[in-house]
Amino acid sequence: MSSTTVTLEGEGKSLWGGGVEPLKASYGKLMMWFFLLSDAFTFSALLIAYGLIRYSHPAYDGAINDFVFSQEYWPIPEMVFEAAPFLHGIHLPLVFVGIMTFILILSSVTMVLAVEAGHRMDKKDVEKWMLWTIVGGFTFLGCQAWEWSHFIAGTEEGGRMLDGSIFYGANLTQNQYGPQNFAALFFFITGFHGFHVFSGVMFNFIIFYQTVVGILEKRGHYEMVEKVGLYWHFVDLVWVFVFTFFYLV
Amino acid sequence: MTAMNQENTSQVVVQPVDKAKVNGILKVALILGVITALEFLIAFTVPHEFAMLRVIVFVAMTIVKAFYIVAEFMHLGHEAKVLIWSIMIPLIFVVWLIAALLIQGGAIFDVLYQ
Repeated sequence: MSSTTVTLEGEGKSLWGGGVEPLKASYGKLMMWFFLLSDAFTFSALLIAYGLIRYSHPAYDGAINDFVFSQEYWPIPEMVFEAAPFLHGIHLPLVFVGIMTFILILSSVTMVLAVEAGHRMDKKDVEKWMLWTIVGGFTFLGCQAWEWSHFIAGTEEGGRMLDGSIFYGANLTQNQYGPQNFAALFFFITGFHGFHVFSGVMFNFIIFYQTVVGILEKRGHYEMVEKVGLYWHFVDLVWVFVFTFFYLV
Repeated sequence: MTAMNQENTSQVVVQPVDKAKVNGILKVALILGVITALEFLIAFTVPHEFAMLRVIVFVAMTIVKAFYIVAEFMHLGHEAKVLIWSIMIPLIFVVWLIAALLIQGGAIFDVLYQ
């Protein structure tokens, strides 16, 4: 693509005369990069706000085995996220969220394989890998739906509120796991990320469809796969940070 | 757009799979998987009393993972230098925001609880 524009001017082209590509990337890819940069600022702001709010609350300083939910201090994440589907009542800290992390990494891998197939003009392979990426995306969303419903429904014991009553689960005004802001940040940050995953799956599906009906093959290149690929990897990248700062630390 | 070039379909040359490239992708995937597994290992072996150590190790591992995703999966490591810097330099603002808001969070804590 880039070669066609430059040849007209030849050797004597001026820097400001057009036809020069200092960044050596197409318009679409550049715009995707700068959009992702702005999106990175948004997610940074959310995660750093989590840091600010967490630092402004007391931390739990007892032994980990004695930990109970309290409104007085910030909860230890691995004590909150310790359930997994079909294994009710078993203490499995971070196991389910770990599975979600591997699902998203795997779908990122199938996405790169789709891009690689696109470079080879291999329509069948692009279809195959795009479809796996979409499956991975939907699986992740399903896991997140379960995670949310469990978080909202709460544990069997519930947690003691400041007025002495017992409350089960969490919503936007009450939270059994700890200070109210913990639940608000959970809903906002994982929700905003989940929305990105959802829109990413939609983009992937559109490009999968265009591949299947042959639009991209007629166009002569699969650059659209690379562009939605950039978005999809970014979603994975954000999850890597959410996983560390929300679940591990 | 599609209706116009309907007559010259096919004639697409499909190249064979680039084995070296795919192996490179799988290698990066393996690195990401191993680092994530190590994070779990550390989460359950290093006691919570070493809070600072845990945070530093987790953040370092996250940055390593982010590097591989951005440089290899998103291909930024192989783009023009100008493009790499025009994405990386603005992130200085994030570093500033981390410093500013974490100090602010500590100050709010002092006002509320000290």
